[in-house]
Amino acid sequence: MQMIINGKNKTISNNTTLAALLNELNIDAQRVAVELNMNIVENGEYAQRVLKDGDTLEIISFVGGGTNG
Amino acid sequence: MDDKLIIAGIEFKSRLWVGTGKYKDFEETKKAIEASGADVVTVAVRRVNITDRSKENLLDYIDPKKYKILPNTAGCYTAEDAIRTARLARSAGVSDMVKLEVIGDEKTLFPDNEALLEAAKVLVKEGFIVFPYTNDDPIMAKKLQDIGCAAVMPLAAPIGSGLGIRNPYNLKIILETISLPIIVDAGVGTASDAAIAMELGCDAVLMNTGIAGAKDPIKMAEAMKHAIIAGRLAYKAGRMPMKLYASASSPLEGKIGA
Repeated sequence: MQMIINGKNKTISNNTTLAALLNELNIDAQRVAVELNMNIVENGEYAQRVLKDGDTLEIISFVGGGTNG
Repeated sequence: MDDKLIIAGIEFKSRLWVGTGKYKDFEETKKAIEASGADVVTVAVRRVNITDRSKENLLDYIDPKKYKILPNTAGCYTAEDAIRTARLARSAGVSDMVKLEVIGDEKTLFPDNEALLEAAKVLVKEGFIVFPYTNDDPIMAKKLQDIGCAAVMPLAAPIGSGLGIRNPYNLKIILETISLPIIVDAGVGTASDAAIAMELGCDAVLMNTGIAGAKDPIKMAEAMKHAIIAGRLAYKAGRMPMKLYASASSPLEGKIGA
């Protein structure tokens, strides 16, 4: 099935959970925050949340920044 | 010396707050922050690079247990984007604080105060500890105070400009009219700028480029640490009045040949 992750199209297998996807992408779940279809998914829900075809995901983390736009 | 900075019940060890952008690498970032003595570090919220996972994570260098992480909404040009970014930052689980920036213009990076106020209202209601980046405008500062922000963060000069304290008189008016802590955010170029901000009575200074943009950021971080302490002490001490003419500091009595 198709998803949009951080603005990029990505094909993932059916019935993938958010936790499994993060693992597959080699992303440390403790270091990120996730928005699924514009709604935040809290860290504790990653393992239960099953992704669907057409879902849009935003996965963010903290990077160096001060006061610059 | 009992001169603690406490905001929203949180005690801050240093009056120097630092950003983590524009450094050569994470190692330099870490060393500069250590040299600055800061315990608040600002970070930006950005998409994870899902195709190249080789990059290290900033938080591997800046331990959230050791430092207070202050996520910012830098790069947001609308209230909606800033609110969304703040919510995401909070859900990462390191802080309820947010340095709220809603930028109005790419060239000056001046804030869009109308959108800032709108975003601040929403976030305060959601329980965020809001630190708004704003102009050195006393009226705006008052509005931000009235809606429940934790502090007001007026700019001293445009972000990254290093122009120093361009309008000390506006800062003075803000300090007189606002009971919240005032944290100068942006524009500090060198140690004397930081000292001036503190001598005026500001509660803290947040800087990034002033340190990261120096030829030797680690040395400048240390210079800023001392400037902040010196400026604060001078403010607490109360400076002597300025006079146009000289006033001898040695006694006139007992001079030879009199």
